[in-house]
Amino acid sequence: MPIRTVMKANEAAAWAAKLAKPKVIAAFPITPSTLVPEKISEFVANGELDAEFIKVESEHSAISACVGASAAGVRTFTATASQGLALMHEVLFIAAGMRLPIVVAVGNRSLSAPINIWNDWQDSISERDTGWLQFYAENNQEALDLILIAFKVAENEKVLLPAMVGFDAFILTHTVEPVEIPDQEVVDEFLGEYEPKHAYLDPERPITQGTLAFPAHYMEARYTVWEANENAKKVIDEVFEEFEKKFGRKYRKVEEYRTEDAEIVFVTMGSLAGTVKEYVDHLREQGIKAGAAKLTVYRPFPIEEVRELAKKAKVIALLEKNVTFSVGGALFQDFSRALINEKEKPIILDFILGLGGRDVTFQNLDEVLEISRKALNGEKVDEVNWIGLRKEIL
Amino acid sequence: MAVRKPPITTREYWAPGHAACAGCGCATALKLATKAFSEAMEEKFGDPNAFAIAQATGCMEVVSAVFPYTAWRAPWVHVAFENAAAAASGVEAAWKKLGRKGKILAIGGDGGTADIGLQALSGMLERRHNVVYLMYDNEAYMNTGIQRSSSTPYGAWTTTSPPGKYSIGEDKPKKWVALIAAAHQIPYVATASIGNPFDFVKKMKKAAKVDGPAFVQVHCTCPTGWKSPLEKGVEIARLAIETGVWPLFEIENGDFFNIKIQPPGGGAKVKREGGKIVAIEFKKPIEEYLKLQGRFKHLFKRPEAIDEMREQIKAMWKVLGVEVTLPKPEE
Repeated sequence: MPIRTVMKANEAAAWAAKLAKPKVIAAFPITPSTLVPEKISEFVANGELDAEFIKVESEHSAISACVGASAAGVRTFTATASQGLALMHEVLFIAAGMRLPIVVAVGNRSLSAPINIWNDWQDSISERDTGWLQFYAENNQEALDLILIAFKVAENEKVLLPAMVGFDAFILTHTVEPVEIPDQEVVDEFLGEYEPKHAYLDPERPITQGTLAFPAHYMEARYTVWEANENAKKVIDEVFEEFEKKFGRKYRKVEEYRTEDAEIVFVTMGSLAGTVKEYVDHLREQGIKAGAAKLTVYRPFPIEEVRELAKKAKVIALLEKNVTFSVGGALFQDFSRALINEKEKPIILDFILGLGGRDVTFQNLDEVLEISRKALNGEKVDEVNWIGLRKEIL
Repeated sequence: MAVRKPPITTREYWAPGHAACAGCGCATALKLATKAFSEAMEEKFGDPNAFAIAQATGCMEVVSAVFPYTAWRAPWVHVAFENAAAAASGVEAAWKKLGRKGKILAIGGDGGTADIGLQALSGMLERRHNVVYLMYDNEAYMNTGIQRSSSTPYGAWTTTSPPGKYSIGEDKPKKWVALIAAAHQIPYVATASIGNPFDFVKKMKKAAKVDGPAFVQVHCTCPTGWKSPLEKGVEIARLAIETGVWPLFEIENGDFFNIKIQPPGGGAKVKREGGKIVAIEFKKPIEEYLKLQGRFKHLFKRPEAIDEMREQIKAMWKVLGVEVTLPKPEE
């Protein structure tokens, strides 16, 4: 029987790792995800998880050790955030290029300077071009579930890409919520034992991994990462379906909420989706035709689903906790790509908010609504808007 | 007729056909190292192939693994420049969980070890992974075209330490990574040289058989970067030993009071106390080593720089507990 309990997202991530039975975990503590390796080291110390836990001297070595272990043919896991993920940056490309299905839990946190330990998505968003799959959790249950899903998708032979699962710093990492811990046997059935297909270091079958490629081959290697990302779109749907059958919880790459007949659709990711859904309820009570959508999967970018969503809206308001300088947010670029050649498309507006842990309040969302309504009425508004900015201290 | 057993296995793990430069001393080092490793694995586990290699970016990496070819007849992985030790930690941990017998060999050049990879190396040694780290020391970044590293010796020309009106070439003494490794109090640390291949093989075997981490720093020549004759690699490496430039020693369990110094040969007079070498009077001047290499050519117009080099060599030997006398060439 699944256990219903309460826990922080960090604990949920550690539980997911325990259930997935990785053979090697290498981690370096960083706020706000420190509790993940702490909890895992407890599991290992108590014999509840039969794994090698490498207490590395940096995040760079954490991910490097994961690459070494994954290349040797075992399931591997680590957790990090912010500067730690940034320190891994170089090796993230390598893990994807070598097609190693490593899973990383990311307690989404802002980047320095100024140093700030609170939530936004700049850390993992900045890694969007590494080739990694990216999932974002709305709550602690999703943090647990999406890590299991990430392993399953990553290890699919049509994919074989590393995956990161983001959950918001403090809003989730340190907040206790109800979580259902699935049965080990069902997880075992769902994930199965990891069997390396292309990556192993076996003296009986010596292979060379991580070679140099001349211009004659490099582009093709990059293309296979592209192709694997494309393949992942279908595989994710299949895995979501299987997950629902086994565990009863339904996931979609783009989860829509009250979008039928909506004129304005607020689109976001992570824990902010919860706030936005509640805000939509509040608007609906006033008779305002608003809806919400949440991107559970950010890479591969769900272009088809976004196009479907766009058909239902007159204005798409993107709520982003990240910045792509001089452009807006990353989602703004992605949505533009998805919709630019569509015959009919909604107005796309970008809203940057909640950076470095600033609360996103209903008052902030009222501002978003006001700008969106102006656009809906044909008034000229800015495409990119910073919401909740304290202009008086600038 | 009796057939004499070859001095080392005829099995090849570093296969012919790699793309190293003619006369590459480091290629020789890797060939010998993997053969030695294989022998050690055979003796320890009854399986000559019971090892895997994690290698740092560097010249020996790019010349051996050009897709779709490989020069490696052993399981081999390259991740990046600075993380061979970290990647090897992961491989070792995976092997432990897979119940695979054997040992991991990590390989890095001086740049990937003494500079950018030093932190990962320290972490791996401190955590006591069952890995032998082999640093092939050709004393500069040869992969990128001969730039100085912290392992480049004093006085050497490189493209980033050019001699000039205000420069004698590299102006810092060499960093001795073997001593840094030994400070981790790991089971085994040694320096070796392709100028003494039997000694190198012996040490690699010892390192491979130890339980826990080991570090071997092998001095190997680079005709391209040292501007030296292709056929004189081993001779030059041997001269480094015989003139006092390259000390051969072993340190076990970080015991600096029991550094095992090896007699250098070349006519040097060795003074022992209680079995330990306490003083060496070298007979061959360091100029004999320097003159065969274009990278030191400019020093011959700057004898004070060569004298400074002598002082640095003496100081380095002093750390090893040995008083050395270094002769000047006869006028």
